[in-house]
Amino acid sequence: MVAPPVTRPTAPVSRTDKAARPGPLVTATVAFLVAATLIPLGYVAWAAISIGWTRAYELVVRPRVGELLFNTVALVVITVPLCVVIGVGVAWLVERTDLPARGFWRPLFVAPLAVPAFVNSYAWVGVIPSLHGLWAGVLVTTLSYFPFMYLPVAATLRRLDPAVEESARALGSDSTGVFLRVVLPQLRLAILGGGLLIGVHLLAEFGAFAMVRFDTFTVAIFQQFQVTFDGAAGSMLAGVLVLLCLVLLVAEASARGHARFSRIGAGAPRAATPIRLGRNMLPAQAGLVALAVLALGVPVWTIMRWLWIGGADVWVLDDVATAFGQTVGLAAIAAVLTTVLAFPVAWVAVRSSGVLARVVEGANYVTSSLPGIVTALALVTVTIHAARPLYQSVALIVFAYMLLFMPRALVNVRAGLAQVPPSLEEASRSLGSSPTATFLRVTLRLTAPAAAAGASLVFVAVATELTATLLLAPTGTRTLSMRFWSFSSELDYAAAAPYALVLVVLAIPVTLVLFRQSTKVAAL
Amino acid sequence: MRRRWSRIASPIVIVVSALAVVLGATACSSSGESDELLIYNAQHESLTKEWIDAFTKETGIKVTYRQGGDTELGNQLVAEGAASPADVFLTENSPAMAAVERAGLFTDLGAETINQVPAQYRPASGKWTGVAARTTVFVYNKAKLQPDQLPKSLLDLQQPAWKGRWGAPPTKADFQAIVSALLQLKGEAATAQWLAGMKANAKTYNDNIATLKAVNSGEVDGGVIYHYYWFRDQAKTKEMSGNTALHYFRNQDPGAFVSLSGGGVLKSSKKADKAQQFLRFITGKAGQEVLEKGDSFEYPVASGVPANPALVPLTDLQAPAVDPSTLNAQKVTDQMTKAGLL
Repeated sequence: MVAPPVTRPTAPVSRTDKAARPGPLVTATVAFLVAATLIPLGYVAWAAISIGWTRAYELVVRPRVGELLFNTVALVVITVPLCVVIGVGVAWLVERTDLPARGFWRPLFVAPLAVPAFVNSYAWVGVIPSLHGLWAGVLVTTLSYFPFMYLPVAATLRRLDPAVEESARALGSDSTGVFLRVVLPQLRLAILGGGLLIGVHLLAEFGAFAMVRFDTFTVAIFQQFQVTFDGAAGSMLAGVLVLLCLVLLVAEASARGHARFSRIGAGAPRAATPIRLGRNMLPAQAGLVALAVLALGVPVWTIMRWLWIGGADVWVLDDVATAFGQTVGLAAIAAVLTTVLAFPVAWVAVRSSGVLARVVEGANYVTSSLPGIVTALALVTVTIHAARPLYQSVALIVFAYMLLFMPRALVNVRAGLAQVPPSLEEASRSLGSSPTATFLRVTLRLTAPAAAAGASLVFVAVATELTATLLLAPTGTRTLSMRFWSFSSELDYAAAAPYALVLVVLAIPVTLVLFRQSTKVAAL
Repeated sequence: MRRRWSRIASPIVIVVSALAVVLGATACSSSGESDELLIYNAQHESLTKEWIDAFTKETGIKVTYRQGGDTELGNQLVAEGAASPADVFLTENSPAMAAVERAGLFTDLGAETINQVPAQYRPASGKWTGVAARTTVFVYNKAKLQPDQLPKSLLDLQQPAWKGRWGAPPTKADFQAIVSALLQLKGEAATAQWLAGMKANAKTYNDNIATLKAVNSGEVDGGVIYHYYWFRDQAKTKEMSGNTALHYFRNQDPGAFVSLSGGGVLKSSKKADKAQQFLRFITGKAGQEVLEKGDSFEYPVASGVPANPALVPLTDLQAPAVDPSTLNAQKVTDQMTKAGLL
């Protein structure tokens, strides 16, 4: 999955040709990782070939695929624009108007990210049991994912140069005109980045849709897996899903355009004068309150309600503690390993400019958008046929997490590394430090905060992961999300509530990290 | 060149060694020989847990399990073949057992186990046995349907009159077992036709419980599920079944199909003795009484243990005669995939 766009680094500080060529070992490691990221794509291609074209064609061109295609495309086409409207609207209100209590609203609309979409879905089904189908899917995912739009747009709004808007006003535009003709075009990259992220999440989501009985490709692939384990129909659906992802990537890339929106020249822009809302103040406030109630109030209220109904009985402390321990253990191993492995990749991306660097970036870009279900299916198939000792092992699931969440670590480590001037390392070396000491005392120290942010993002992503975990978990593994899923799919909502609560609490610190990062980007 | 290489060599060494440690540690923990019996369990987790607890208490043998669906675990066993770590396979329904039997992965069950189970509740091959049973029912909303408006046969539900009025969970092995019985009893053409009717008429749900709830709330008039979900809720809060009643099709109708939950010992098991002991235990008196007295509400099938008194006796259900060994999961999946239900 793609990491939040706000954490994208600025251009590398120095891409000098001095330290440009990576050694054979780093090349080998990076090449191995790139090859690993290609496993899912390779699997889909291999499946199509081994099934044979006629059978593959039969499986792809059937009414069920048409249904799923309609559902999935409709979901993306409705939800992404809704998120744009809500995300941009909220960001504009809290950043550019004289709305009171903006300091309160600002972090509040990042908070929905702490509630995994499948928990949100569970909450809504608890409130409206008959909720199902496309509109239920749209409702739940819009409320879960609009912060992906809000975060980058708010960050961009904060650093826009007001001079351009003032010129427009001086030339006779009113507030609406300025917004549409001056502000909105400058938000284009943030909106496209957020939109891509939301689109990718929509394609990958399983739990939230399964709970409201809305069949997308990911849901159908999972059902096929449950029925056939490793069947042809499932692989072919995965193939179509991968194509959808690529369409999304290409659409985003081609919509970016070549226009430049940066300020030229030094100097700090003045803070923008807040726009007076006047008569619109009340509806604006009411809108924000309503959004907060829908996106945060509903999940919090439902979880609390089920905890209340369940009472002490649902706190089977043994089970909750075991699940908690296993989840934290898996997430910690995956977070550390992923972040450590991100270093050589980031190094190649930042310090060298060869073919390898471009391949790394490209591979990362594609695989990061592939749904967890495809990666998991690929790994099950590959290990069962070719790497039997790894099959059903902790190593395999950690490896899957690494493939899925490498981009989150990479984006941060790369940004950190890009800000380490190579001259500092060279100074350390020239003063007699060994390469190891230089790395530990200079490079690692300077990149530590970025690496920690990356690791925490991976940690929470793993802790709340459901789809790949369900397919790959070794015998005896029961993570928080697995337990939550098991109970809530038996409609035992009360027993699921403690797990939902722990999942949300686990995600809160990382949501704060995200918010802090977005404000830091704004300060750059 | 050499310097640059060594500058990044140390982090790489750290990475590789960390990776090696993790891989090594986990490889040991996953492939290490433990003396615990491993069950691939597609039965309800709570029921199997009861069996395991009682078994461990009596024999001191420790048991772990991998939880999954019938066909998922069955296909997994087939894919794993002789290298499977599993010792015992338990299912809710017969088709997945039949698939594993066809792949030649079961060993013969001990005579003692076989002798505990009447012939009609196990396949003639003796490769596996029924360990419990459940019957198909039509659950209906009492406010929406009167007894005289009920379908006479499962086959009636493909008629246009039933459009949008009934529900079922097609992705579940439970429902697929019912379709496999239909396939065996009525043949491929009739099954394909019925599935097409189902695609047009039925609202599909994720599982039996969701179907039951939908019937209870009046979202649909009726639903095709297994009996025990209804009895379990009746014994508890009736929250999901208070507005509903059960209709048994009887008359050897496909809709009166009684599905056998199966148990078998894998040929590849290195603890075959303990695995056989486990099967003997759950088909024995103590194991079957868990079904009679517990809150699973599934039917006992062996050792002469009667059903829970709340249930209609198994012998009164007029179930059609179906050979559990030849129920074809693969064909059912293919047909349902073709009908657009999967």
